[in-house]
Amino acid sequence: MARWTPDPTFYPSPGEAVNAPAEKLAYVAAFDRTATRPDAIVVLDTDPDSPDYGRVVGWTDLPHLGDELHHFGWNACSSALCPTAPHPHVERRYLIVPGLRSSRIHVIDTQPDPRQPQVVKVIGPEELAKRAGYSRPHTVHCGPDGIYVSALGGADGAEGPGGIAILDHTTFEVRGAWEADRGPQFLAYDMWWHLTQDVLVTSEWGTPSMIEDGIIGELLLGRRYGHAIHFWDLAKRRHVQRVDLGDQYQMPLELRPAHDPTKSYGFVGVVISVEDLSASIWLWHRDGDVWAVTKVIDIPAEPAEPADLPDLLKPFGAVPPLVTDIDLSVDDRFLYVSCWGTGELRQYDVSDPLHPVLRGSVHLGGIVRRTAHPSAPDEALAGGPQMVEVSRDGRRVYVSNSLYGAWDDQFYPDGVGAWLAKLDVDVEAGGLTPDVRFFPHGDEFRGLRVHQTRLQGGDASSDSYCFP
Amino acid sequence: MTVGTWVTLAALGAFHGLNPAMGWLFAVARGLQERSRTALLRSLPPIAAGHLASVGIVAALVTATRSVTASTILAVAGGVLLVGFGLWRLLSERHFRWAGMRMSAAQLAGWSFLMSSAHGAGLMLLPVLVHEPTAGGHAGHLSAAPMGALPGLAAAGVHTVAMLGTALVVAVLVYQVFGVGVLRRAWFNVDRLWAGVLVAAGVVTLIRA
Repeated sequence: MARWTPDPTFYPSPGEAVNAPAEKLAYVAAFDRTATRPDAIVVLDTDPDSPDYGRVVGWTDLPHLGDELHHFGWNACSSALCPTAPHPHVERRYLIVPGLRSSRIHVIDTQPDPRQPQVVKVIGPEELAKRAGYSRPHTVHCGPDGIYVSALGGADGAEGPGGIAILDHTTFEVRGAWEADRGPQFLAYDMWWHLTQDVLVTSEWGTPSMIEDGIIGELLLGRRYGHAIHFWDLAKRRHVQRVDLGDQYQMPLELRPAHDPTKSYGFVGVVISVEDLSASIWLWHRDGDVWAVTKVIDIPAEPAEPADLPDLLKPFGAVPPLVTDIDLSVDDRFLYVSCWGTGELRQYDVSDPLHPVLRGSVHLGGIVRRTAHPSAPDEALAGGPQMVEVSRDGRRVYVSNSLYGAWDDQFYPDGVGAWLAKLDVDVEAGGLTPDVRFFPHGDEFRGLRVHQTRLQGGDASSDSYCFP
Repeated sequence: MTVGTWVTLAALGAFHGLNPAMGWLFAVARGLQERSRTALLRSLPPIAAGHLASVGIVAALVTATRSVTASTILAVAGGVLLVGFGLWRLLSERHFRWAGMRMSAAQLAGWSFLMSSAHGAGLMLLPVLVHEPTAGGHAGHLSAAPMGALPGLAAAGVHTVAMLGTALVVAVLVYQVFGVGVLRRAWFNVDRLWAGVLVAAGVVTLIRA
């Protein structure tokens, strides 16, 4: 139902959103690797004044098995205030939760009890295939005119092309494929936009067969995973430009455009360079009439004893950082970079986006290090900071430790475990500190692995703003 | 037309101008994008032109056809249309989408035309227009139609001037004084009110028919 006044979680500008009240709850996608129990949306208490702070306070099982929840998003957000298609009286209420493996999309209502979300609709893989021609839905963004869902695979077992499906805002039906002309684009992964500039950006991972049974060494060394990003005309839905990072830079995944709608740049994280196992962050920016990319951060691999390494890495004698997620604070000041391989979360000051400065670093887990959390110093941690989410005010950062079922098993063959940590940010000087009161882990997640976190009311990767 | 008629047309214009969805918000957005009040001011005339075209077509049709058709039929048909459209607006949550954020003045006028038409802006003038005395003494002759459209166009013009003036004041106030933060608090659901006004206008038209 439409409201009489705008949803209070909508903000016209990033500057306003920074003053949003702190989230009281967090929603976390959790999945069962064995596909013998349902995946779930787990609700965490993030209110420091609550007796349940840092604990699991809600749990919503999904109706089927084997979904492999990965990323998800809200049905509506601040983009509803945009002037071209304004509808500020919709509610940020439903979580749109795709199963990356099952191709089912779940609509989950967080009202009336935000601690007990209810599954209200399941879009089957056949509807996504029939209406949009896609499978393996991934990134969800609330657009001003519909819900955009990127998808990695084609319909009916086709490897691709992946692309974007549009869901109706109110009925959640699949309206169709977004692309009017995809040009040379075939691989898909993430998408986001410069909304006020009618620009959409997409990145590349791999086709379903390239990822679902784990990373394939020959394909990686053969430089066959994605290594380009694509720019599109958001209004005309047409491919505009493909920018190749160079085929040694395998898997440009997460896209984080500047939140300030007058800015024309953004960051993309690259998982690995096949030449030296380094990870990197690239800045996209305008260069005259065209788009260009510049590598702005390089994170080298760390030497290690082959005996300490999983089979995949033994021949290299080094731990790759594996930058699998990045997140940009709403004020566009700090970029957070997950190094899932080495077990580190880095904080860069990107006030000058071409020249990032490392300001903070926290180690947790890691393939070799296994750094413990300060609140449980005797427990060696597997996995590393992976999905990273930043609160709207930029003061809190949440990290979870699972990447993707089959890949977890390759890089952490003795088990990746399940943990989620909160880090406090010094927003003046920069720097990160783990919160010793907030470390849900182990049995709290009932044997499920934890992936993306979404914060109640929105977070740094959920909303787009049309006003500077 | 009576003074009351002109005042009503102007008041409806002000109501349309007040609605963020009718264009002032777009003008503010463009002003803020370019950090220029001039960009804001330059956006409003095309928006008003699009609105005028949308409202003008309905108004001219009504007054022209009134010269040649029985007023009761028109009033009843118009009233039913209004009530139906109002209810559809009230119950439908679908939103109109046409183009992106970067538009030329012509595209902006086109956007405004479609936005006004999709919202039934011109229809809202029906109860005012169908009860005006017919133009001149040529009622019943088709040749009177072109001249008969003139009062409708004049009405649309007055309406649009009021719309533009209101939109201008609101846009400049938001841009210069309040800031867009005011949207979060002050943007009540105009769509519902709008639909209600459409239904009310239809009912009034039917009662008077």
